[in-house]
Amino acid sequence: MAASATSAPVTAAKPPGLFARIFDGDVWASFRRSKLAMVAAIATLIFFLAALLANLGPQDPFDPAQLELINSRIPPLWTADGQPPFLLGTDDQGRDILSAILHGLRISLIVGALGVLLSATIGIALGLVAGYVGGAVDALIMRVADVQLTFPAILIALLVDGVAKAVSGGQMSTPAILGVLVLSIGLSFWVQYARTVRSSVMVEKNRDYVQAARLIGLSSPVIMVRHVLPNTIGPVFAIATINFALAIITEATLSFLGSGMPDTQPSLGTLIRIGNRYLFSGEWWIAAFPGLTLALLVLAVNLLGDWLRDALNPKLR
Amino acid sequence: MKFRSVILALAAVGAMTAALPASAVTVRYANQGDLKALDPYTLNETTTIAHLGHVYEGLTKRGKDLAIQPALAESWETPEPTRWRFHLRKGVKFSDGTPFTADDVVFSAERVRAPGSNFATRLPPDAKVIKVDDHTVDIVTDKPNPILHYQFDGWYIMSKAWAEKNGAVAPTPAAATTPSFASLNAMGTGPFTIESHQPGVRTVFKKNPNYWGKMEGNVDEIIFTPIANDSTRVSALLSGEVDIIEPVPLQDINRVNGSPNAQVLTGPETRTIFLGMDQARDELVNSNVKGKNPFKDVRVREAFYKAIDVDAIKSRVMRNLSTPSALMIAPEYFRLAKEFTRPKADPERAKKLLAEAGYPDGFEVGMNCPSDRYVNDGDICRAVIGMLARVGVKVNPIIEPKAQYFAKVLKTGGFNTSFYLLGWTPSTGDSHNVLYEIMGCRGRNGASRGDTNLGGYCNPKLDELTDQILVETDQAKRDQLIKQAYEIGNADYAYIPLHQQSLAWGVSKKLKVAQRGDNQVRFEWVVKGE
Repeated sequence: MAASATSAPVTAAKPPGLFARIFDGDVWASFRRSKLAMVAAIATLIFFLAALLANLGPQDPFDPAQLELINSRIPPLWTADGQPPFLLGTDDQGRDILSAILHGLRISLIVGALGVLLSATIGIALGLVAGYVGGAVDALIMRVADVQLTFPAILIALLVDGVAKAVSGGQMSTPAILGVLVLSIGLSFWVQYARTVRSSVMVEKNRDYVQAARLIGLSSPVIMVRHVLPNTIGPVFAIATINFALAIITEATLSFLGSGMPDTQPSLGTLIRIGNRYLFSGEWWIAAFPGLTLALLVLAVNLLGDWLRDALNPKLR
Repeated sequence: MKFRSVILALAAVGAMTAALPASAVTVRYANQGDLKALDPYTLNETTTIAHLGHVYEGLTKRGKDLAIQPALAESWETPEPTRWRFHLRKGVKFSDGTPFTADDVVFSAERVRAPGSNFATRLPPDAKVIKVDDHTVDIVTDKPNPILHYQFDGWYIMSKAWAEKNGAVAPTPAAATTPSFASLNAMGTGPFTIESHQPGVRTVFKKNPNYWGKMEGNVDEIIFTPIANDSTRVSALLSGEVDIIEPVPLQDINRVNGSPNAQVLTGPETRTIFLGMDQARDELVNSNVKGKNPFKDVRVREAFYKAIDVDAIKSRVMRNLSTPSALMIAPEYFRLAKEFTRPKADPERAKKLLAEAGYPDGFEVGMNCPSDRYVNDGDICRAVIGMLARVGVKVNPIIEPKAQYFAKVLKTGGFNTSFYLLGWTPSTGDSHNVLYEIMGCRGRNGASRGDTNLGGYCNPKLDELTDQILVETDQAKRDQLIKQAYEIGNADYAYIPLHQQSLAWGVSKKLKVAQRGDNQVRFEWVVKGE
């Protein structure tokens, strides 16, 4: 905190960059006033760090050679039958739940982040074009968006996943599965970005600075990207943060339904699916801890997104 | 006079209502796997055979104790060692009203051996089926075959007229992507008919009013729903939503037994679960080894065998409800089974063998595995993957529901597998079936030999013994021949037998059922009380 406070004047001296313009003084001040936002930010940071340091866990759960079947279904350490080093117990294959959660968290965060990046890119591009060009192009893009909004996002994600499975014949490598997950999430969540950006662009495109840019003869793509886009990007960050939480949940749902990460390389959703079979048999820890992690992660990111939405809303300032 | 006739009429109505049951008895049944094709020659798999056994019947059937009983054939004799005469039951009608005759048997004999059938081994390829008269059929074989009728209970007789009328003369292969008429409809002589069939959703069986026999049970309607998820299936049983489930997941046996309204029926099952390896192709379909097939090397097969610890699978995956097996047959079916012991797992030896065979760093291979066919099948495969990883072999799991799995790995799917898990119960209750169908050279000396030998293991010496076993009538000699054959298979590491699993049916306390050792859930014996 102290470091960022001292560095603030340095950045202020330079012409304001993109981030400085978005996170201007108001946003930072709002963050410092909101205890909830700070807690959520710290929690999110901890999750990211945990995922980053997953390799420091007692076991690599993705390496079947490190799993001993004889260690399967050991309860958490603090219960009577617990055994070190399995702090949170083991699953049916002898996988350390803590290590599996850390690695699963990494997959969830990667898929969530890439999914958001993809959906934001698609959504911003389409929204920008629709708003700026208008007319038939606008109508076409927005009607497609309307149609897509009538389906729940998870259905579209399942559809993409199903098509990919059918095309590949059910045998996909891990990067391919990750790619399909990112693609299915990306294609499910672009509509909100497109709508938001389009409405901002509609407002901005008639402003004087855009007219001026046109007069000096800049091409439409240059005007769209260099001049209009930076002024519409603020709300996108709020949506992206909230969608990040949604993307994590979507990935977990897909994996829980069995169309996401395989059992040998579990994400949080896969772990919950594995544990679900044992939930009523007394082996609660296999599903409970990954479930708790998922819930906390999504809660933290969501709180952060909520705060950001309010902070960026000029009417609430 | 008028008064008397009213009284009589009332009495008659009263008598009739007393004779009818108070309400139709419905039994709801959930299995982990679904019922995909209704064609009785598509999938030679116990669950499917059991389902279809309610609608179709064979010339023979098996009782609660698996003893062979007359069914569509009233009696049979062997006037010569190579000629069997079957006297068909008279007055039997298919459920559409057409009479059952010898023509239907001749038709079914052709259909069951036609390309695409998964049941070709039910009738020897050389056997000629001859109609003597409308109710007598002769089956003539080249060589004497004393166990010809052992598996006729699973060779279901179809109506010739019905098949011809509906364009269902050819059997539907398991790999077929579009369903045929016969895979969506079923019409036989059995105690039930199919009222509706939605593959993967539910199938409703209704009592056949024209059934020739007398049913021991009181079931009027069976509603079958597949429930793949273990805990959902158990919850459905405990909440009373279904009356019987198969299997009860091993982790939930105590919970079901502790509940007030259901219990688990367990018993030894005669099914052997094993792993098979593709030894036929010159290059594996799912592997990073190109230009050669590592499984052709017996050292690699032995290494796989020695890498797998069946005792750990028994204690951790099967929760002690399995019997590790050294043989491809259950001890119930082979008197000398106890003379075989299974070698202990030895990962160090496995690593050495792999290095000797030229794979010091192991290799990669895909493994086909059903997820809803056998008890904890997916878990067994995942355990095997871990054990093989420890000797350096990277196994890529292809774990799928049985419909997709069987469509790939069976003969009709082109044996599209490199390494797989399968379970087998010899439908004859005899070793010859195992040696002929699972361990015999594919297609040798008869088209149906090795039909379910998915890995294509082949040793002509074993085949010679198999042919001797078929005609040998001296029991002690025959057992010795069988023993020799299994010794050859074991020395070749033809397969990796894992264990015999246990039966685990979850049954509502309202139900009285007969649990057959071959794991066929059959409702003609089920009595449902209040």
